[in-house]
Amino acid sequence: MSMDEVQEEIVRPDHYGDDDFDTDLENGKPKKRVEDMLLNMGPQHPSTHGVLRIVLEMEGEIIVKATPYLGYLHRGVEKLCENSTYTQIIPLTDRLDYTSSMTNNYAFVRTVEKLLQVEIPERAEYVRTIVAEMQRLAGHLFWLGTQSLDIGAMTVFFYTFREREVLLDLFELICGARLTMSYYRVGGLDRDLTPEVVDRLYKFLETFPAKIDEYNTLLQTNRIWLGRTKGVAQISAEDAVNFGLTGPALRGSGVNYDIRKAEPYGVYDKVEWEVPLGKNGDTYDRYWIRVEEMRQSAKIIKQCLDQLPEGSIAVDLPTLTYPPRNKVETDMESLIHHFMIATEGFDVPEGEVYCGTEAPKGELGFYIVSQGGNKPYRLRIRPPSFIHMGAFEHMARGYMISDIITIFGTYDIVMGECDR
Amino acid sequence: MHNIALKIKKACPEGFVAEKEAFGELTVVVSREHLLTVCRFLLEDPSLDFDLLVDVCSVDFPNESPRFEVVYHFYSLEKNHRLRIKARVPEEDCSIDSVCVFWQSANFMEREVFDMMGISFNGHPDLRRILMPEDYEEGWPLRKDFPVEGRGWRDDFAKLSQDSG
Repeated sequence: MSMDEVQEEIVRPDHYGDDDFDTDLENGKPKKRVEDMLLNMGPQHPSTHGVLRIVLEMEGEIIVKATPYLGYLHRGVEKLCENSTYTQIIPLTDRLDYTSSMTNNYAFVRTVEKLLQVEIPERAEYVRTIVAEMQRLAGHLFWLGTQSLDIGAMTVFFYTFREREVLLDLFELICGARLTMSYYRVGGLDRDLTPEVVDRLYKFLETFPAKIDEYNTLLQTNRIWLGRTKGVAQISAEDAVNFGLTGPALRGSGVNYDIRKAEPYGVYDKVEWEVPLGKNGDTYDRYWIRVEEMRQSAKIIKQCLDQLPEGSIAVDLPTLTYPPRNKVETDMESLIHHFMIATEGFDVPEGEVYCGTEAPKGELGFYIVSQGGNKPYRLRIRPPSFIHMGAFEHMARGYMISDIITIFGTYDIVMGECDR
Repeated sequence: MHNIALKIKKACPEGFVAEKEAFGELTVVVSREHLLTVCRFLLEDPSLDFDLLVDVCSVDFPNESPRFEVVYHFYSLEKNHRLRIKARVPEEDCSIDSVCVFWQSANFMEREVFDMMGISFNGHPDLRRILMPEDYEEGWPLRKDFPVEGRGWRDDFAKLSQDSG
């Protein structure tokens, strides 16, 4: 649309000053102006959830081109990993997507275990699945709260953070931390679930489905929510695959790809659950999918807790796993053992593996090239957020400027993971 | 030989270099001149149908020749199989063809490889630095000869040695 085409006649209200409109000199009537504008958004913006800069080329209020500029949170994690032992990398993975650090730990230790070819005890697999699904709940609650807050529905934020708080308290009970957990270990877990955690988790699950209904009463038929999410950031299934979208962003377009089903790990093949799929590929469908995934996650956790077997939570390989904590405090040999694993780490055979894990945001993959020794030769993180940003321009084009918040909220991106 | 590797060898015998199966993953090494032919085959052959380009990354082997290795990970949503394609790139002519024509997701991933390793992609629509600043001139951070603590203005800092105290 060019400037000349939009020169429509409009009625000038009496109280407007002369400066408010350009006057068409020929017939003495005011005309509406549309300007091409270059708008800079960020890197500091409350709804970018981190430091992201977008340069918007506007034609009036319509976005013609949106170019993301990344890297404001780049810390060189991949380079750091090349110089750290495998045990030292686990805390680094926490800081990728800091809203779901458990899943990051899980994705990393799975890749190393694939290289080492160790089998994990059954109880450890169950606990890993339970904790990963708790993290998915926390991640989706975080998304729902912040996305609705960005769009203008403030109440939902308080509701979802109420439940997220319960989960974070449980994480604190499980591993002592609320945000950067470092709970998973290569070969098992840091510590076992206590009976108190199991009890509190059961109690949480009893009330949680009703809480999801509560969020839905605020959103599902809310005119503003519908108006601002339906048909916004729409992407077809073909394009979504071509742009490499994964996770809820891809399933919103109706593509059935969930690594938990396609290449089951943990105990996902031992419990019953479904993969919710969308139809239209817009923000509303992705919202619906995340809400349904929360229900499914609750179902998975419930079944895992019911089936939870007794046994060890780490593989019995002293070269790989830490000695029990109580022994470290009383036994000299165990202390030395603990110290050696923390500083020297363990040797990993030569080879290369890629292992993808279904994180709340999409496929989080680790590719490790090992040449033997206790450090990876090359470690590549396949971050879903970064790859989703690649589709941003395609998805933002043609929408109004007010939709831009919805559009980057729709992928659930976290810049810590995007920039690494 | 793995079924998929056989098919690639049959479709593009001049580009096929080697195949390896380890840890349940298939790796096919191709020559960089024939990367696009192989990629077109991967995408268009109905029995392979690799519609999702999962990842593009690179590995630096400073003591080997050719020095760099560009690694592509593919996944087929329909067939549920994975494949890793690797191509070697020499240091002197540090470039390889871009696969953006087939998978648009390659755009950002190739930009990252360029940014981190300094490998250029022929035919890439917008090859600029992506994570490092656009005016960054200190080199390619993920190369093995780049120090972990970084390079640049920090090098000029006065440093204390044990004797100077």
